[in-house]
Amino acid sequence: MLQINNTMKTSRRNFIKSAGSLTVLFSLDHTGLLASVTAGQDPELPGILRRTPAVSAWLEVLADGSVRVFTGKVEQGQGLCGAIAQVTAEELDLKVSQVEVVIADTRRTPNEGFTGASSSTENSVLSVRYAAAAARRELMDLAAVALGVPSETLKMLDGKILQKSGGHPLSFFELLDGRKLKSEVRLPLHLKPKEQYRISGKAVPREDFKRMIIGGEMYIQDLRFPGMVHARTVSPPAYDARLLSFDETGLRKAVPVLKTIRDGSFLAVICEDEFQAVKAQRHLAQQVKWSVLQHKSTSLPVPELLKSLTVASSKVKTAPVPFPEGIPAIRSSYYKPYVMHGAIAPSCAVARYADGLLEIWTHSQGAYPLRDTISDLLKIPAAQIQVTCLRGSGCYGHNGADDAAAEAALIAMAFPGRHVRLQWSREQEHAWEPYGTAMYMELEAILEKNGRISHFRNSIWSDTHYIRGNPGYLNVAVLRDAPFERKKNPSGSGGYRNADLYYTVQNQTVTANFFNGPLRTSNLRSLGSYANLFAVESFMDELSDHAKIEPFDFRIMHLEDQRAIEVLDKLKHKVAGLPKQKNTGMGIAFCRYKNSAAYIAVAAQVKVHPSTFKITLIKLWAVIDAGEIISPDSVVNQIEGGMIQAASWTLFEKVGFEQQTVQSRTWTSYPIIRFNDVPEVEVEIISRPNEKLQGVGEIAMCVTPGAIVNAIAIACGQRIRNLPVGDQLSIKNR
Amino acid sequence: MSVIVLTVNGRKHRLNIDPATPLLYVLRNQLALNGPKFGCGMQQCGACMVLIDGKAQYSCTMPVSLVEKKSVITLEGLASAEDVLHPVQQSFLDEQAAQCGYCLNGMVISAVSLLNTSTHLDDLTIRKGMQHVLCRCGSQARVLRAIKRAASASDK
Repeated sequence: MLQINNTMKTSRRNFIKSAGSLTVLFSLDHTGLLASVTAGQDPELPGILRRTPAVSAWLEVLADGSVRVFTGKVEQGQGLCGAIAQVTAEELDLKVSQVEVVIADTRRTPNEGFTGASSSTENSVLSVRYAAAAARRELMDLAAVALGVPSETLKMLDGKILQKSGGHPLSFFELLDGRKLKSEVRLPLHLKPKEQYRISGKAVPREDFKRMIIGGEMYIQDLRFPGMVHARTVSPPAYDARLLSFDETGLRKAVPVLKTIRDGSFLAVICEDEFQAVKAQRHLAQQVKWSVLQHKSTSLPVPELLKSLTVASSKVKTAPVPFPEGIPAIRSSYYKPYVMHGAIAPSCAVARYADGLLEIWTHSQGAYPLRDTISDLLKIPAAQIQVTCLRGSGCYGHNGADDAAAEAALIAMAFPGRHVRLQWSREQEHAWEPYGTAMYMELEAILEKNGRISHFRNSIWSDTHYIRGNPGYLNVAVLRDAPFERKKNPSGSGGYRNADLYYTVQNQTVTANFFNGPLRTSNLRSLGSYANLFAVESFMDELSDHAKIEPFDFRIMHLEDQRAIEVLDKLKHKVAGLPKQKNTGMGIAFCRYKNSAAYIAVAAQVKVHPSTFKITLIKLWAVIDAGEIISPDSVVNQIEGGMIQAASWTLFEKVGFEQQTVQSRTWTSYPIIRFNDVPEVEVEIISRPNEKLQGVGEIAMCVTPGAIVNAIAIACGQRIRNLPVGDQLSIKNR
Repeated sequence: MSVIVLTVNGRKHRLNIDPATPLLYVLRNQLALNGPKFGCGMQQCGACMVLIDGKAQYSCTMPVSLVEKKSVITLEGLASAEDVLHPVQQSFLDEQAAQCGYCLNGMVISAVSLLNTSTHLDDLTIRKGMQHVLCRCGSQARVLRAIKRAASASDK
């Protein structure tokens, strides 16, 4: 059983220390952070090590013998901190519990940009592994000098170095005598041989879990500063509504208010007490007068509407032999609606402006990029802004976090001296987060007599998957008196990610069309791959039907990559013994994420009730190959969770909107999966310790929808081409 | 404002407070507890669950005045006096049944309530009993395993 008493005390101290204002400890002497230290041209160093080679930028030895690691990425529940602790403990022969991980913070971590695109493992985790290996070299050399013996005769153990033959150990801290580590990460670098691993690659329970399970401080929501005040904002009814007027006197009669802040159409209120702020927000919501621009109504169905808004097109792939016109081709089109990130915690931020310094605490995906954006937005030099990232609830991409942070900053500037905590409501998170865009895909193919695909053509339509950059991406930036233009650059590779086939098909033509849609959109877990692979993997089953070749075999005959074939083979083996049942179908899907990263094959077993057409998703199986695995249970957790989340998107989710007004504002109007619909899940990892490690955060999203709709088609003969599956079957059949 | 006496995790607290304040805000702000979480404020997600007289209830809409004569237990109060985890907490830890962990409070509190009230817990009963708690990370499969583990341990 876990002893919680001491853990709690230390945790609390650490939380306040790491999240609080003790900037003096960290600000001045952290040379590795300040700029791009001239590094050698080491083309094989991972991530940002080339421009941030100082080991002290990544690692610090603490007085109690433990090690503190700095990552520029953020923990979002994906297990990043655990993986970082594992590689550090491995290289330095520490216990995992002796490693503390600090996430993105402009005061003290390296600048690793945003956290996303399943890239944290191959960048940050590997960088830390290299930095820890360099630290090991430095510490061993120091010990060899101190003990007057060759370093080969020494070993590390739990934060100490001693002779292999025994004797008095010297701790890391003693060896450094209060100094920082001073070496730089340079190639060649001796990394611990993988066959000697005792922690990396093993299922290690997450350290943070012990704190979570007892309600320890953990999240941005748990930050409490002395004298902190509470803010709420009042959001317009639609994107383009403008604030006409509100009755401040009436508000102040009803609720004790410290300050109201109006800047153009941005409206916020500050109160001493949180419930007062909620009451003030409700009061204002009732009485504020908004203008709403009238749009021409359209009777176009959404996919047609979006296609009509196309602003640019680009050729992604051009076939050596163009798609033959005039001969019969197999054609299908597919639609994926706008989908929410749907974080369980509405966005939250704390900010304080005092003595010319703006401090911001946020659950954004990146401390440095947000600092620069807010610097542009509020016209304050970046050097006068500090951004500290803390955990929020899982975000799965760009949700309302940046917006809440910018709004809190603006409010704090208008109310200097005290910490201001801004908490979005559930309705605000639903209606004002940047969604994953709707997409439309038209696929065509020609089959040879032997069933092989000879020509493939895919035209996709997408809005942007990346809106960050110019401050105009923020809600508050366009609501203010001096608004920033929202520069939506709809192009970008995210939209057509995985729109071309990983299957061996010589003649592939892929065109990406970009529309400027009515809703604000940005990156959501797996970007365009979810929609593109829903289409591609549905289409593969439709083609296999035409070719009269079984879906596993049809895919394998179009693959040359042995690792791809192996995940499909393993999956086939897993589901081979399933008994055939009435009204039940098993469907599959496969992808290599980005056509260059991890491999995954998923099978779904679905039952469709013969008269009510109610769909029961019974089970999902996954087989993955992501190269080297550091933390197997975290990987399994990501895949299990990814499949369940993707099942939720596929079965239930669609953002409802009318003109510029979002109608999905609660968990009732935007339902997500609940326990009654959760399938059983099973994950198998093919571990390849000597292959490059690949992130796994997004891969399950890509293949789950195809597997589900393919299973439905097998179970009841009906093919779903528009998501969500919802109740389409029952409607069709009534 | 009025004086409200609350019993939370076995301790009495005298508070001078707006009696309409939702219990959640009082627990988080006045009592500085982190277990119960704000998720929707509309009884739709279960992040705010607390045990009131042993039964899982939403604290986000419950006026604090209504719980004055009742016993409120939060996630922090589940562990026994000897600083050991509640069996449900332990089984969640053993199964590593969370990702971001934000829903964990609602999951654990609801599971404890379920174990308090039901004698026989099969898969369907557990799902029904947990239906009101949302998780966006998709940790439900692990949560189900954790609750079954706790249930079988309590059968012994």
